[in-house]
Amino acid sequence: MKYRDLIENALNGHGADYCEIRIEETDNSRLTYRGKSLDTIAQTSGLGGNVRAISKGGWGFASFNSLDDLTSKVADAVAQSKAVGGSKTELGEVEPHVDVVPAYIVEDPSKISIDEKKRQMDHYNDLVWSVDGINSADIVYGDTSRKTFFGNSDGSYIEQEQVHVITRISAQARSGGDVQQAGFSLGSQGDYGLIRDLDEKVIDAAKRAVALLDAKSLDGGERTVILDPVLAGVFVHEAFGHLSEGDNVYENDKLKEIMYMGRKFGGKHINFTDGAAIPALRGSFKYDDEGTPATRTALVREGELVGRLHSRETAAKLGEQPTGNALAIGYNFPPIVRMTNTIIEPGEANLEDLLEGVEDGVYVRNWYGGMTQHEMFTFSSGEAYMIRNGEIQEAVRPVMLSGNLFETLKNLDGIGNDLDMNQGGGCGKGGQSPLPVSNGSPHIRIQNCLISGA
Amino acid sequence: MSESLLNVAASKFGQAEVYRVESESHPVSFESNKLKEIMRRDTSGVALRVIDEGRIGFTATTDASRESELIDRAASLAPFGSEALFSFPAPDTYPTVDIVDPAIPQVSQRSMIDTGQGLIERLLDEWPDLLCDARIGWSTGRGRIMNSAGIDEEYEQTSYYCSLGAQLIRGTDMLNVWAGFGSSHLFGDDELDRLLQTVRRSLRWSKETAIATANTGDLPVIFTPRGVSATLLHPLMSGFNGKNVANGSSPLGERWGEKIVDERISIFDDPLIEGASGSRPFDDEGVASRRHALISNGVAGGPLLDLQTAGQLGMTSTGAAGRGLTSTPVPGSSVIDIVAGDTDFEDMIAGIKEGLVIEELLGAGQGNELGGDFRANVSLGYKIEDGEIIGRVKDTMISGNVYKVLSQVEHIGDSSDWVFGSMRSPAIQCLGVEVATKDE
Repeated sequence: MKYRDLIENALNGHGADYCEIRIEETDNSRLTYRGKSLDTIAQTSGLGGNVRAISKGGWGFASFNSLDDLTSKVADAVAQSKAVGGSKTELGEVEPHVDVVPAYIVEDPSKISIDEKKRQMDHYNDLVWSVDGINSADIVYGDTSRKTFFGNSDGSYIEQEQVHVITRISAQARSGGDVQQAGFSLGSQGDYGLIRDLDEKVIDAAKRAVALLDAKSLDGGERTVILDPVLAGVFVHEAFGHLSEGDNVYENDKLKEIMYMGRKFGGKHINFTDGAAIPALRGSFKYDDEGTPATRTALVREGELVGRLHSRETAAKLGEQPTGNALAIGYNFPPIVRMTNTIIEPGEANLEDLLEGVEDGVYVRNWYGGMTQHEMFTFSSGEAYMIRNGEIQEAVRPVMLSGNLFETLKNLDGIGNDLDMNQGGGCGKGGQSPLPVSNGSPHIRIQNCLISGA
Repeated sequence: MSESLLNVAASKFGQAEVYRVESESHPVSFESNKLKEIMRRDTSGVALRVIDEGRIGFTATTDASRESELIDRAASLAPFGSEALFSFPAPDTYPTVDIVDPAIPQVSQRSMIDTGQGLIERLLDEWPDLLCDARIGWSTGRGRIMNSAGIDEEYEQTSYYCSLGAQLIRGTDMLNVWAGFGSSHLFGDDELDRLLQTVRRSLRWSKETAIATANTGDLPVIFTPRGVSATLLHPLMSGFNGKNVANGSSPLGERWGEKIVDERISIFDDPLIEGASGSRPFDDEGVASRRHALISNGVAGGPLLDLQTAGQLGMTSTGAAGRGLTSTPVPGSSVIDIVAGDTDFEDMIAGIKEGLVIEELLGAGQGNELGGDFRANVSLGYKIEDGEIIGRVKDTMISGNVYKVLSQVEHIGDSSDWVFGSMRSPAIQCLGVEVATKDE
């Protein structure tokens, strides 16, 4: 246990109501391609840490790269917390744990030479360019190892390692001033194998980019939309997930009135879950960054709000249990309440059932991004196709979808049976981005969804 | 340590560059009307970039005990690196720009707490139902760049910033407004009053909820300075980014020197504005800063370039390289300066029978920005009817193309406002924005 003595000694006699230290070691490799060839290749390493303390409800936080004189850094953070505190400290109870958690590994990217990684990505770059009409490629490969060493004044000491692999492949086609792009993002925890055997997907993306130059854009307005599992995963993350994060609610009486347990958001077919205890996904871990064991939290059951995501503080202030959702993207940030793996539980319908009776709609697949501001959300498809008389027809240019939590879930009238996970995303909140998360869903159908074409 | 790292790298590879950063920041945060957290963040690290047999190797670390690994790592990466189309620059004469205020590191915790509390109390006096967040802080940073061509330069920068947000909930209708300002010079009541005025104006204009008319492509839209930043800036700047130009992904690729937008539009990238966030004497590759015309009287100037993209295009760097500690330099903007016009903002509104004011967007940047397109949900915008703002619009999306919209400019505001200290812009009124909204 590498830093146990260092952390325990520094915490000794800290003087706050609660104090914790998190040290991190990171190693990253990254390859990017722009235009026709490799743009950058880089390997970086990091060491850093932080002290966080709470006194009478006020937080102090100090982060640093040098581990020298940790005791005085504890004193700084504690003094800051005392300058803030004026009420009372409330933190949910968590049993202290002492544990060493190795990385979840299927195929370790650190065992693959940079030479081999480059050959693999060169191959995909060549494939993009093999398609007629391609104007540029934008390709990223990255792998990271993050080791955290956490100790707190309750007696926890936890070492954890996480290894992540991501790739993003985007092809661009251009005709005069019109530039179109198509691509995909993938991610895995601990599996370099993720980036093998993507030839078909890469060629398909490049062909789609070229075809988009001749595709029409839709007029904006309301339509029936069917979302594929990837985009539906982004939908549940944006449309519901963020408002179920306890830190949005815990000091906001009006939101508490709106987001009360038992509130009905939609029909009985609607069931949402979040949890890092679901194994082997991008958002999976054993302990969060406050040392709370991961759980699996039911957020919505049969259309009603039944749970939310918590840090120790938000749980205590709302009289609920910590759920292990307090996460920081790095040592220079305090943990905040985040989603992990967020899922729309599957129903009974297959895609044909969802398509049936849709006279004039849009089938949207894949994602560009998404954003939430409380009840408002938007998210963007990577692909869009017309639906006429229950059939998926020609491609149109990707669309942006927008909605309001309190209305859109009422319009979610169909849930498929084909749950699939989207592991290619990262989440941003409070200046902390990207956090590795996953989300997933079967195909879903939403009536009267506001979309913007162009 | 830096000298020896550079010397070892230069003798091993011929060409080498060491970039070293040290900074500390001290933010104080308020959440839900209350003081929540005081932080101190110290950051330090070093990056090494080498050119070995014509190829670039890059590596960095924040772990001082692993600096000795950098040489070997760079050596192992360079054979796979991209071809270097530049040489590290020799020392130059650098302009002076005042970006240090010695008063900033003297700002006490107490004074930041008082500032935040004062701002929140003044808002609550008028709107007792608000929940306010605020962040006040200062930072100092030092960047040093050294290369094998003889550059060894360092500059210091101070920064003071303040942001203020307010949330109002009525039923299930939620309104969020915010304002922020940052500068390398300490600021006081005048700027704080301006922040308060911005938040108050947004709250006042949002008192009622109005319905935008669907598919109103020919309605005038006024982008406030923040609206310009939220809507137009990113898709526009992607066309000037040297990487996109070098790749052939910029629609401006062959249009330098041509008229691309209305002749009243002039936009500069200007890292020499005193006090602005983003001003600097030289860029992150040691190339001297300069005021760079992006658009002059509607005519496309030139792209923003770092050393590598300049090499790709057979041009010279414009001093536009920016970098994070652990990432390679990329070209980008420093301080954006959009030249004001001659119309009073109130007159702009008064002259519109039916139209929209756009202040903030949700989800901008998710679309296809490369071609200049924008689209997003209007998170803060207002409806104008008969020359008056009648309320906030919701469930409304806008879309368009920045080149098309800036070619249909009707009026440009007569004063420029700072948007978070790194861009100043007038309000711009134009046509050509598509609006989509929920059916009622």
